[in-house]
Amino acid sequence: MNPVPLSDEALRDQGLDQVGTGKTLVIACGALAREVLALIAANGLDHLTLTCLPAILHNTPEKITPAVEAAILKHRGKYDHILVAYGDCGTGGQLQNLCERYGAEMISAPHCYSFFEGAEAFAAHGEVTSFYLTDFLARQFDAFVWKPLGLDRYPDLRHMYFGNYEKLVYLAQTEDADLTETARVCADRLGLTFERRFTGYGDLERFIRA
Amino acid sequence: MSDNEDDLILSDLNDDELTEQMMDDLYDGLKDEIEESVRILLERKWTPYDILTKALVSGMQIVGDDFRDGILFVPEVLRAAQAMKGGMAILKPLLVETGAPKMGKMVIGTVKGDIHDIGKNLVAMMMEGAGFEIIDLGINTEAASYIGTAEAEGADIIGMSALLTTTMPYMKTVIESLTTQGLRDKYIVLCGGAPLNEEFGRAIGADAYCDDAAIAVETAKRLIAARHNQL
Repeated sequence: MNPVPLSDEALRDQGLDQVGTGKTLVIACGALAREVLALIAANGLDHLTLTCLPAILHNTPEKITPAVEAAILKHRGKYDHILVAYGDCGTGGQLQNLCERYGAEMISAPHCYSFFEGAEAFAAHGEVTSFYLTDFLARQFDAFVWKPLGLDRYPDLRHMYFGNYEKLVYLAQTEDADLTETARVCADRLGLTFERRFTGYGDLERFIRA
Repeated sequence: MSDNEDDLILSDLNDDELTEQMMDDLYDGLKDEIEESVRILLERKWTPYDILTKALVSGMQIVGDDFRDGILFVPEVLRAAQAMKGGMAILKPLLVETGAPKMGKMVIGTVKGDIHDIGKNLVAMMMEGAGFEIIDLGINTEAASYIGTAEAEGADIIGMSALLTTTMPYMKTVIESLTTQGLRDKYIVLCGGAPLNEEFGRAIGADAYCDDAAIAVETAKRLIAARHNQL
């Protein structure tokens, strides 16, 4: 598969049309596009085709299940299998129910933070007072966190949103010093301490390769 | 709303104009103006209860309606809530002194493992505005704390909030604990939070799932009234 030019803004707002010619379709969150394509390239997973839904659905979880259902209905006649590269992502079990109904496999994890770190390791940390960023979310912090919460207009709301948090944990998928610095600045802006934890692709890799 | 708040002398407005202005100021999240207006109405011998219900609660209902209709978003609602909180801080001690009507008592908290309290705080504030006495257990609340406090305080309602898919099942633990102790029927149990829905509320055995703060108030009033009507 040839490298695909990706823009974070397009992945955020539009998602990604089908990339690849495999007979198994991966329907993923746009926030995972780079990671899934990297795994496909690194492992020669030519049986996979990737399509992504807009990553910004992350901020409106009630819209994720209908969007995934629409994608399944649109594509299912053309593929042998469908993988849904989402965690529960705030759908309250509705995405899992949908996938069971259509015979699609999805990642068994509450959200991408969890499956990047590995669901067991993530749960073992038990960090209820931590706020998480991934590579994508660190790059898109303003669009996913700062502006939707109105902190660009009302910085005094920061305490209402983050007063109970203590730490920002940057779960890094790649080694990128600049992105680490970006994530550190995000922590400063939220008034939180900073920790970087390299995860690689975690359970996403196991899911894609299975 | 108003483009020339700087020029507006609140004390020059008559009562109707001032309450109208307070609704605008709440909508715009202007805490200082709300506090000033509350003091003006107190000086004009309004009862704290009338200020609360006719200006603040009515104003927040508009905010809540516009939030539900997608006209306002969370940041604006929080700004309005901050403004209302400023007004309520002035009124609260006076409401106690003047014996405002009491609707019932509610123990409320965010469930164990969850630290998200924005929704819970909004519900607590609106319930308080509607005349409920609120005992706020804060965040990361254990079943024993909900139940022990409800028992000790003689509460009518237990309210549980969660933002996370991973923490919302704990609501069922609380309800099961109530049942085990033979206390389930003693309390109205309300639940809410972004990932919840009516189906979940039914599945865990809550009396009601509340989609937002205004619905929580309506539901609590309805269920309290129904309870009072029981023989």
